[in-house]
Amino acid sequence: MLNKYPLWKNLLIVLVLALAVIYSVPNLYPPDPAIQITPNKSGAVLSERSLEQIRANLIENNIDFFGEEVTGGTVLFRLTDNEQQLPAKDRLQRMLGDEFVVALNRAPTTPQWLLDIGAGPMTLGLDLSGGVHFLMEVDMESYMKGQMKNYQAEVKRLLREEDIKYRRVTIEENSLRISFKTEELQDQADTFLGREMADFRATTVSNKANDVILALTEQKVKDLQSYAVKQNLTTIRNRVNELGVAEPLVQRQGSNRIVVQLPGVQDTATAKKVLGKAANLSFRLEAEPDAGRFSNEEYNFRNDDFRSARVEKKEIISGDRVTNAQPSFDENGQPQVNISLDSTGANIMAKVTRKAIKRRMAVLFIEQKPTTRYEMQDGKEVAITKYTETRGIISLATIQSQLGSSFRITGLEPAEASELALLLRAGALAAPMYFVEERTVGPSLGKDNIEQGVTSVLVGLALVLVFMMIFYRLFGFYANIALFFNLVILIALMSMIGATLTLPGIAGIVLTVGMAVDANVLIFSRIREELNDGRSPQHAINEGYDRAFVTIFDANLTTLIVAVILFAVGTGPVKGFAVTLSLGIITSMFTAIVLTRSLVNMTYGGRRINTLSIGGINKDAITKNNLTVEDAK
Amino acid sequence: MVANLNFDFMKLRKAAMIISAVLLLLSIASLATKGLNFGLDFTGGTLLEVSYQQPADIQKIRAQLDESGFLGSTVQHFGSETDILIRMSEAYRDNLGAEVLEALRTGELLNGEVINEVELRRSEFVGSQVGEELRDQGGLALLMALFVVMLYVAFRFQFKFSVGAVLALFHDVVIILGLFSIFQWDFDLTVFAALLAVIGYSLNDTIVVADRIRENFRIVRKGDAIEVINLSLNQTLGRTIMTSLTTALVLVALMFLGGELIHNFALGLFIGVVVGTYSSIYVAANILLMMNISREDLIPAELEEEIDDRP
Repeated sequence: MLNKYPLWKNLLIVLVLALAVIYSVPNLYPPDPAIQITPNKSGAVLSERSLEQIRANLIENNIDFFGEEVTGGTVLFRLTDNEQQLPAKDRLQRMLGDEFVVALNRAPTTPQWLLDIGAGPMTLGLDLSGGVHFLMEVDMESYMKGQMKNYQAEVKRLLREEDIKYRRVTIEENSLRISFKTEELQDQADTFLGREMADFRATTVSNKANDVILALTEQKVKDLQSYAVKQNLTTIRNRVNELGVAEPLVQRQGSNRIVVQLPGVQDTATAKKVLGKAANLSFRLEAEPDAGRFSNEEYNFRNDDFRSARVEKKEIISGDRVTNAQPSFDENGQPQVNISLDSTGANIMAKVTRKAIKRRMAVLFIEQKPTTRYEMQDGKEVAITKYTETRGIISLATIQSQLGSSFRITGLEPAEASELALLLRAGALAAPMYFVEERTVGPSLGKDNIEQGVTSVLVGLALVLVFMMIFYRLFGFYANIALFFNLVILIALMSMIGATLTLPGIAGIVLTVGMAVDANVLIFSRIREELNDGRSPQHAINEGYDRAFVTIFDANLTTLIVAVILFAVGTGPVKGFAVTLSLGIITSMFTAIVLTRSLVNMTYGGRRINTLSIGGINKDAITKNNLTVEDAK
Repeated sequence: MVANLNFDFMKLRKAAMIISAVLLLLSIASLATKGLNFGLDFTGGTLLEVSYQQPADIQKIRAQLDESGFLGSTVQHFGSETDILIRMSEAYRDNLGAEVLEALRTGELLNGEVINEVELRRSEFVGSQVGEELRDQGGLALLMALFVVMLYVAFRFQFKFSVGAVLALFHDVVIILGLFSIFQWDFDLTVFAALLAVIGYSLNDTIVVADRIRENFRIVRKGDAIEVINLSLNQTLGRTIMTSLTTALVLVALMFLGGELIHNFALGLFIGVVVGTYSSIYVAANILLMMNISREDLIPAELEEEIDDRP
């Protein structure tokens, strides 16, 4: 029994540890508190005079700054004191006025050579370092207008089917006005619609116009609006997740608003663009050449204004039926989006396309585009956002065979394809939303809470280390080295995958560490048992590792299965936890088994030994084998 | 220190069964009647925005809110150091804003004068941080995890072991939830995370014990099932105590030094470690006995063991 690792194995361990150290190092460079100043108008530049003013203002207020960086129109000042960040921002904003956006920022201090090899620090969660806060409001007016349009179409259809001739159906605020030629038709429609349209109250207007007014019940208005907010909340949550922002906060606020907080430094511009985007798809058949004009409408192509096509007004399905969408490239290298439909969508699609082989199907892209104008209200400038709907065909392709639950669409730019896929996956907004407020928020935990948390973690760790040393002597010391590197590798991996660290996350890591001790405890207990059974130290080491391995493997693999399932099925915080747990299991297997074995082999391997510094050995067993053990109790 | 212990664990199995049954019944009864005291993450509450004339001291505001009975509020700087965002689990009501403002003003009183004037900017209801889908999906994830674990343990060990492991997990989860319900401790996202961690921990512990039992059934040729199980439990006892103790040490440190945010997380885990260790012995091993585990159950698997022994 030699207990020697071959050189390559030891070198491999050293390599892994070195890489882990390098990739976890960026976390040691705390970001500088910084102030970022950008002109409000895109394309504008910060003049040298403004820069001079800013510097003077900072100096005047005794705010220490350094490392001025000008990129494009943006300038970034690093501050030495965290506490001065908020006052500095306030003062500069007041001085510069509304023409400039003054934002809090955290400037990374990772050295260039680390950035070059793709290393970077973990993002800190909202609880530890705060982030950006958006307040979004649901545009109820345009949402209700859209709903009323659907009702209008439904009323027209019902009246046609029932053969009640109407003059016109017009939309008023939360109600429909239907005009008839005769009082007789009006009465007929009143009873009929009163029965069919349960969400409405029907009343007749007895002037010469013979109108029926269908007013939405108050309850229904409330239900619809509440549905819109709930649907948007789900969609926004999905979008935040799709953006890969970990540990966000998405909450409903008041009756028609949604608050979104994103942790750390994130690409806020992209986040804003994707969160507020109201876009959907509509799949329709191309109109038959001889079809009447009223059953179809003409749309331009999105990427070719001079091309247009007539498509049926009736849509086969909308993007709401899409369950999954992934961007990819077709055989010619053209971007495409692979679409999967839910079962209802697939059924409808199959039914319609079976009868429409050799006809062409259009994919219509519907987008709500915001236009903002500023108005003076009560002496204050208020931003008013209006949405206009634009529709354009993105593809028109011949149906070769009956379509099922999955197919692909083409005709987009690569960037558009991935954005469309993301939006389809996250689901459409039920109603357009606009940003009403945008601010930075401080950490939701107080400074002392964070300090308490960190202290408790350190104390807990120290206790474990001391405990292991007392009970397992030199072996315990090796286990502690393994624990340390387990932490380093875990941090390196989490930094590499861009995980977000929260306080419970830190506690979770410590827990994995606590559990990682278990593997070593299992091995060392086994070695002690083998020694007590009278085996020689070299033999005991080998047997201890070998036998404990089966147990450790089974126990860890079972836990890993749980982690993988939690990752696959769970959302948000559950997923984050699953990632930490899985990584912790894998790294602890490496450090607790391979690393400690290497250290033990280096100490004891390849020579005759009589004792092991492992503690807790039964004297009787030892004397029986004529061994002396310094640690025997 | 625990080398040659010979403790008759299984002698106490009847008593343990009664204790477990009583705990389970109490837990289920409390969950059914009282339910869980869900925290801000799950229920939502009220959001307030206040603005101070001079820079506001977050520590002081938090302490003042706690003192006035608005426990567990989140206080954040909001855009500038004079503006403060407060989220609390109190259900929204019209005069809540005024009450909180009053409480904050009292905190600013010095000799009957307000030193830092504060005004209320906004008071609104906020919804839950986690969607309803988390509750459903979380539950679904747990059930699926239990099912797959059962399959894996049945494949690696034996069907009887998988019943024991899964029932032990179920036992632990229900009792932790039950204790949080009985004492109406705040159940928030961190406690949910703790619950998931307990599943990992308890499973780990159960498998380690099960592994020894399997091994001993194969190598110890004499003695009945009770004796073999007792032997296995005694052999793993040293390890069980060490691991539980080190994990518990960390958790005790977190519980008493970690502050309010970590407290319930650590509490949930601590209960989990205690219950999880207990259940490996008295639920998982006990069920093996109740299902009449015998040597024959484990012999056919020996071939596979040979292969796995040499990684």
